[in-house]
Amino acid sequence: MEVLGALAILFAFCLSIYAFTGSIVGIVWKRPYLQKSAERAVIGVFTLVTIASGILVYFLTTSDFRLAYVAAHSNRAMPVMYKFASWWGGQEGSLLLWSWLLSVYSTVVVWTNRKRHTGMMPWVVAVLQLTQIFFLVLNAFVEPPFHVLAVGRGVQAMPDGQGLNPLLQYWMMAIHPPMLYLGYVGFIVPFAFAMGSLITKQKGDAWIHTTRRWSLITWGFQTTGVILGAGWAYAVLGWGGYWGWDPVENASLLPWITATAFLHSVMMQEKKGMMKVWNMVLVSTTYFLCIFGTFLTRSGFVSSVHAFAESSIGYWFLGFLAISVSATVILIFRRLDYLKSETKLESVLSRESSFLFNNLLLLASAFAVLWGTVFPRISEMVTGEKITVGAPFFNKVNVPIGLCLLLLTGVGPLIAWRRSSWESLKKAFRWPTIFMVATIAVLAVAGIYHFYALISFGLCVFVTVTIVMEFWKGASAIAARTKANLVMAAVELTHRNTRRYGGYLVHMGIILMFAGFTGAAFNKDTTQDIKVGDKLSIAHYELQIREITSGSNDNYTWQRASVAAFRDGAPVGMLFPERRVYVMSQQPTSIVAIRRRLNEDLYLNFAGMSETEAGHALLQVYVNPLVSCIWLGFWVVFFGTLTCLVPSKVKLAYARTEVVGVYEKKTTLAK
Amino acid sequence: MKKYWRFGALITIILGILGWLAASGINESKTYYKTISELKGLPSSELSKRVRVTGDVLPGSIQRAGTAVKFTICEKEHNQLLSVVYTGRDPLPDTFRDNAQAMADGRMQPDGTFHASAIAAKCPSKYEAKPGGGGKVQKPLNINPPSA
Repeated sequence: MEVLGALAILFAFCLSIYAFTGSIVGIVWKRPYLQKSAERAVIGVFTLVTIASGILVYFLTTSDFRLAYVAAHSNRAMPVMYKFASWWGGQEGSLLLWSWLLSVYSTVVVWTNRKRHTGMMPWVVAVLQLTQIFFLVLNAFVEPPFHVLAVGRGVQAMPDGQGLNPLLQYWMMAIHPPMLYLGYVGFIVPFAFAMGSLITKQKGDAWIHTTRRWSLITWGFQTTGVILGAGWAYAVLGWGGYWGWDPVENASLLPWITATAFLHSVMMQEKKGMMKVWNMVLVSTTYFLCIFGTFLTRSGFVSSVHAFAESSIGYWFLGFLAISVSATVILIFRRLDYLKSETKLESVLSRESSFLFNNLLLLASAFAVLWGTVFPRISEMVTGEKITVGAPFFNKVNVPIGLCLLLLTGVGPLIAWRRSSWESLKKAFRWPTIFMVATIAVLAVAGIYHFYALISFGLCVFVTVTIVMEFWKGASAIAARTKANLVMAAVELTHRNTRRYGGYLVHMGIILMFAGFTGAAFNKDTTQDIKVGDKLSIAHYELQIREITSGSNDNYTWQRASVAAFRDGAPVGMLFPERRVYVMSQQPTSIVAIRRRLNEDLYLNFAGMSETEAGHALLQVYVNPLVSCIWLGFWVVFFGTLTCLVPSKVKLAYARTEVVGVYEKKTTLAK
Repeated sequence: MKKYWRFGALITIILGILGWLAASGINESKTYYKTISELKGLPSSELSKRVRVTGDVLPGSIQRAGTAVKFTICEKEHNQLLSVVYTGRDPLPDTFRDNAQAMADGRMQPDGTFHASAIAAKCPSKYEAKPGGGGKVQKPLNINPPSA
């Protein structure tokens, strides 16, 4: 069966080469049957990769330890869910997941566009298949998942496997990689359409209209993936935080930032016909960062606590990146004439300019994160000394950027297109500003002097008021006309223009998340070595270790502390932080106990019994205000993204200047 | 033309501020990566730099003294040893134990010990070791990993 799996990958590799050449030859020599057969080959690739993946999953779930991959990433005692999740627990399997998801997406693209974009589709297929070929090369020749452990002459199974890394045995981590990959791989589709449109010299924005939904869905997946990663770090790693600016985390954040910039700047192209080159650059950058992120986490290019092994695979990625980046750059340059802006910027005080600065800030942030992530390598190349920069660098740059973006979130949607006067701005922002100033004043009186925190909370209120006003204005107009109540009117309003009001919901979620991030300015923590029965206090909490119990099961042995918590003297329940040692890997792991509340989390990590004093337990306690707002904010973002995907009830005609002959003449004359 | 000047000025100001923040952020938090032998070869004038040094934890060398933890890391290629005193606040990571690859972040002391304020450790067997590479402690029973 493992031979069948390996063969399926090989055949898929050949077939995707065929699909690639078939579509190119088909379109260059105008042979529709070749184009059609290339599209069918895409479905064939999907079938074959599915077979290979199915076989790997079958081996994993049936614990067939003849396979090196299964032996290294699964064991008998693991629950079935984690056996399945071992598919993406290691290098080979996760690359297979990449391939599989890409083949799924390619098939969906071929299917949904079977009657559309006939001119562009062969190129789209070619771009998709080129990426597919690259990953299948990795699957088939560089990191094959179907390596059999051969001992002596025969094939011999090991009695048990090493098991999935205990840190990964957590539900969020089981679904985090597929979510992130769905987001990463998905961005290949808008990129492929962008390239298809460039190659075929399309004038219009067909690629943007076709891929608008794709971009939004994959952005949603990326957001989910990144947040799941943060949630996992918070609930599993036991250091009391959710984001440490580790290279692997940065790798997942980078494409998200540029994708966010892209989602905003396409609006400029759709409504005003501006920023066409810029959108091409953004969609390509996002795609390259997706590949680059995969490269970063897999090649050992920068050292990270949770990166995969160092391996030669990095050169493959670098080669692929070098080729595709240069091809894209050349293509964009040669098509600059087709990407001319239809209108010009008119004023600094305009919606256009707010989009411009939104993009500038997002890109600056992406650049800073990228720079900080690869800094050790760059400094090594330039000065010969490997220098790393830590969290202070990332925070120092990204906190002000985040705050400016927050401000733009409030300003952008209310400011007029083309140009806006100070008078109208004063009118639009009177109430938000009053609320913002009031909030800052109240917080300052309450004793908060943290500069960034004050600004951040103030801006959160500012933006919230602008969004509430927007809903209020629209909903009360509808309510007055239809005599419905305000809530129903707000739903109706949202339904009429889902992208706009869904977008506001997403912004609302982001604000909640910002409030959550700001809470970190008030974190408190302590680490104490205390005797069972004794009490420790932190902030307004008191904690008492009642007892330590222990036990074991097939998968791990555990030690559990029973901790009674008191808030201002009143008991608020028991917490049970735990420490496990997994049998197969002999790796100790902490299972933290968190009392989650909207205003603050009480976070306990039982770091084991003290080695110097008998009967003492080592307890780490964190009090993290507002962390729950981040997770709540995520759900609002998620819901908002879904809202954007619902088709609007009213098709709005854009107030857009269409390209007309006169205008084109002008530009040629200007030359 | 005037409006383009305005845009240009605004963009320059923003990028300037960010560049300045980035530069000061780098200066504040930069840490040099050194191997143990490089660290020992440093001239005394450079010893006060903040350094990250990596090595394998010598089995049996971990000792606890009150809140501090003393251990020795070694660099296999050059047979160099370095004694480290960890005085940080956080408990040591779970992956920190004998033979683990540990990274100590701190400063060299005049007496030749290294005072670390943070320790990160990579468990040798997990997240996959280098295929066939050194430093792998827990081999799966009698089997060699497939060479890539």
